[in-house]
Amino acid sequence: MPSPARFWLGAHLRLVYLFLYVPIAVLMVLSFNRAGLPTAWTGFSLKWYGALAESQAIINAALNTLIVAVISTVLATLLGALLAVGMEYRRRGPGLEAMLFAPMIIPDIVLAIALLSFFTLLDFTLGLHSIILSHVVFNIAFVCAVVRTRLRSFDWAVFEASVDLGASEATTFRRIILPMIFPGVLAGAMLAFTLSVDEFIIAYFTAGAGQSSTTLPMQIYSMIRFGVTPEINAMATVVMLVSFTLVLLAQRANKGVVGV
Amino acid sequence: MPRSLLRDWLLLGPGLTWLALFLVVPCGMLLVFAFFERGVYGGIDYIFTLENFSRAIDPLYLSIFLTSAKVAGLAAVIALLIGYPAAYAIARAPARRQTAYLVLVMLPFWSNYLIRTYAWIVLLNREGLVNKGLAGLGLVSEPLPLLYNEFAIVTGLVYNYLPFVVLAIYSSISRLNPEVLEASEDLGASAPRTFWRVTLPLTLPGVAAGAVFVFVLSIGNFITPDLLGGGRLQMVGNVIYDQFLTARDWPFGATLSFILIGIMMILLFSQAMLVRKAQGEGGIAHA
Amino acid sequence: MSERPTVIAIEGLTKRFGEITAVDAVDLDLRENEFFALLGPSGCGKTTLLRMIAGFTGPDAGRILLDGRDMTPVRPNRRPVNLMFQSYALFPHMTVTQNIAYGLEMEGCGRDEIRRRVGEMLEMTELSPLKDRKPEHLSGGQRQRVALARALVKRPRVLLLDEPLGALDKKLREQMQLELKRMQHEVGITFVIVTHDQEEALVMADRIAVLKDGRVMQVGAPRELYEYPASRFVAGFIGKMNFFAGQGRGAEVAFGDGVLTGTAPGGVELAGPAVAAVRPERLRLAPQRPEGSLNAVPGRIVDIAYHGQDLNVHVEVRGAVDSAGGEAGARVLVRLPAGEAEEGDWQAGQDVWCCWAPAHTRVLAM
Repeated sequence: MPSPARFWLGAHLRLVYLFLYVPIAVLMVLSFNRAGLPTAWTGFSLKWYGALAESQAIINAALNTLIVAVISTVLATLLGALLAVGMEYRRRGPGLEAMLFAPMIIPDIVLAIALLSFFTLLDFTLGLHSIILSHVVFNIAFVCAVVRTRLRSFDWAVFEASVDLGASEATTFRRIILPMIFPGVLAGAMLAFTLSVDEFIIAYFTAGAGQSSTTLPMQIYSMIRFGVTPEINAMATVVMLVSFTLVLLAQRANKGVVGV
Repeated sequence: MPRSLLRDWLLLGPGLTWLALFLVVPCGMLLVFAFFERGVYGGIDYIFTLENFSRAIDPLYLSIFLTSAKVAGLAAVIALLIGYPAAYAIARAPARRQTAYLVLVMLPFWSNYLIRTYAWIVLLNREGLVNKGLAGLGLVSEPLPLLYNEFAIVTGLVYNYLPFVVLAIYSSISRLNPEVLEASEDLGASAPRTFWRVTLPLTLPGVAAGAVFVFVLSIGNFITPDLLGGGRLQMVGNVIYDQFLTARDWPFGATLSFILIGIMMILLFSQAMLVRKAQGEGGIAHA
Repeated sequence: MSERPTVIAIEGLTKRFGEITAVDAVDLDLRENEFFALLGPSGCGKTTLLRMIAGFTGPDAGRILLDGRDMTPVRPNRRPVNLMFQSYALFPHMTVTQNIAYGLEMEGCGRDEIRRRVGEMLEMTELSPLKDRKPEHLSGGQRQRVALARALVKRPRVLLLDEPLGALDKKLREQMQLELKRMQHEVGITFVIVTHDQEEALVMADRIAVLKDGRVMQVGAPRELYEYPASRFVAGFIGKMNFFAGQGRGAEVAFGDGVLTGTAPGGVELAGPAVAAVRPERLRLAPQRPEGSLNAVPGRIVDIAYHGQDLNVHVEVRGAVDSAGGEAGARVLVRLPAGEAEEGDWQAGQDVWCCWAPAHTRVLAM
């Protein structure tokens, strides 16, 4: 028989899950609400998903987000994985560690204005490319952190063993290090992709004027900020499901991505 | 050795160059801005001044910092009070289920922040589900003003950062050697006493990590006060935003940014010290 | 043992880490087809020496010659020397076969040759049934054999083994000691093993170098080291040893009222503080002082322990020093064959004489 303490702990955990998932569930349910009002249920309908599919602005934003996320993920994964190997190969100083830690904790708003000032001062034309450059900054840090976690669980003698058996360092990197860190790299890439897809403030500041480089979170923000439109529930549902799928896939690829 | 230097450059060079160019230089520029005067039409006049800093400690801005710290502190404390028992419950669950429980906690954390925040607008507004529920239960006759105030902001912050708190505390608890707890009970301590005298002190690093994380991310937050505060309650993040995009006073915005980062660094540093101290005293929690 | 040709000549090899000199002007000859052990307590520099031969650590001074060629500028992947790592360092993402084939691929061997040589190696190490498994699905002993096969398949001039049996349990370790020795005979390659376990070194090696604080204390066959240690450290490190400390003069040590006679290494004339060293199994007990030329010291039995094939009798002797370098007044260990000593022959508290032949006595500087 469970002790009273155990019972209350279990009950508390259930309440926490309710707290975490009820808001999400409410949005998902409302996305099928015919009247599109958040207040009363007026019958099941898929019309908001239809509206979503027909909105040129949203499709454009989704495409932009995809472009930004894919390119910044590829770049950040490449640079971040190399950095991770380089950092773990030998102990590095606290200066480098701080530089890799900073993008993860600097408030988005500060990084956003820093980058905006930087681009403005250089007279750099803003657009999707400047969002990509900026997203790579924090994505490098996250990819590097994920890959380093994986590298730390290795026996480094493995790399010496490869050299001892006649492989050059380049061959060792290709034949031994890369396959061994691959799950971590994949997980890091998925994480970077998710972060980039979700990122709002930095994109908002570095996108420049005009609609052409609006990303999905920017679109969502303006929909929330300037009058709630019913499509947003449908969009929220789609975005959530995509994120959840990605995170679960990443979790499978490498235990430890979501921190578990 | 030239060979290892070459290897270092191939591995570290590209990434570090990127970070230097798009992180260190822009942030360095921002720091420099803080010491110059604002241009007449926005932008910067390169005349050295410390006025931005004296302006930042003007009661008007000081109170914004204090409000931000209060909101962030509340969010951290509430997240801890909810998160610790949840983490404890997960750590005491059967081992094979723990991962699933944790993934379930972390999942919302990795979905879109704007949407998660928006959900609370839907829930908390006058016609929202919470007010309807309360009215339905006959607890209130008038809808409560739940949205666009401190309550809404704190709720939003707790909601968004709770998963991390649970994770940080969980990892502390799961590293605890169960024999230490058994030893405490064997020596005659009751379960509650064991918790207060052994478990809690040993999991303090996790508690500190979780609390500092929530505080740091909350105090510099922009989206939550913007959406759930509805512009009626200003936090530092919003003021910085306004200085850059509305008032066009870059030097002052830069100054506020740096004070914010300074506060965060002090906190993160103290937390790192706490962890180091805990590790130095009793390696058990981190064995 | 007949002199075999030298494979590796180590000359004045030195390595410093900051203040510490890990390897201090070491000279060693490693010969063709021998099983050589580097033996010493942890921190004596044996692993550093091994890593310098493999090429992972560069020396501060001295040279390593392989077949007369200076190896110092040669990178580890170009040395005809292979290392079996203490942790085995198997590639976790490769099967047993792929692990073993890796080194041959690096040499650019053809497919057929690789298949043939890997097959032979799998046979020899009895790994054929496991060839498609990944390391995580192997036991400790099996992993050890894969690591060995992976290094041996390259037919190195010298195989270096860093504490190869350290991770195995006692029973498996004893079995693998004989197995390793058998394989060394079979492949005819020089094996250099690093170990801190003197018993392991005695069982496996043709020759042993005893290291202390980065220096070679003595090199010799196991029997030579055991019977004729050249220094007090070697005498105490290998096997059990009783020491009697006193004033040395020639091949004699003044101890108590008498004199203990023995042989000094290399006929060196000793003068000053010295010890007479004797193995426990060379000692016998007598109720009275024996007649004749035997060395003898009086003492009192404090403990008798039955060990199956022999009886360990601890005798307290004034002025004796135990092998751990303890204080005067320590105990002397006498190991009597169980067949010779009847139960009840000796009792704790009894006054006895420990005696032994001068031929079994080593006189060494303090």
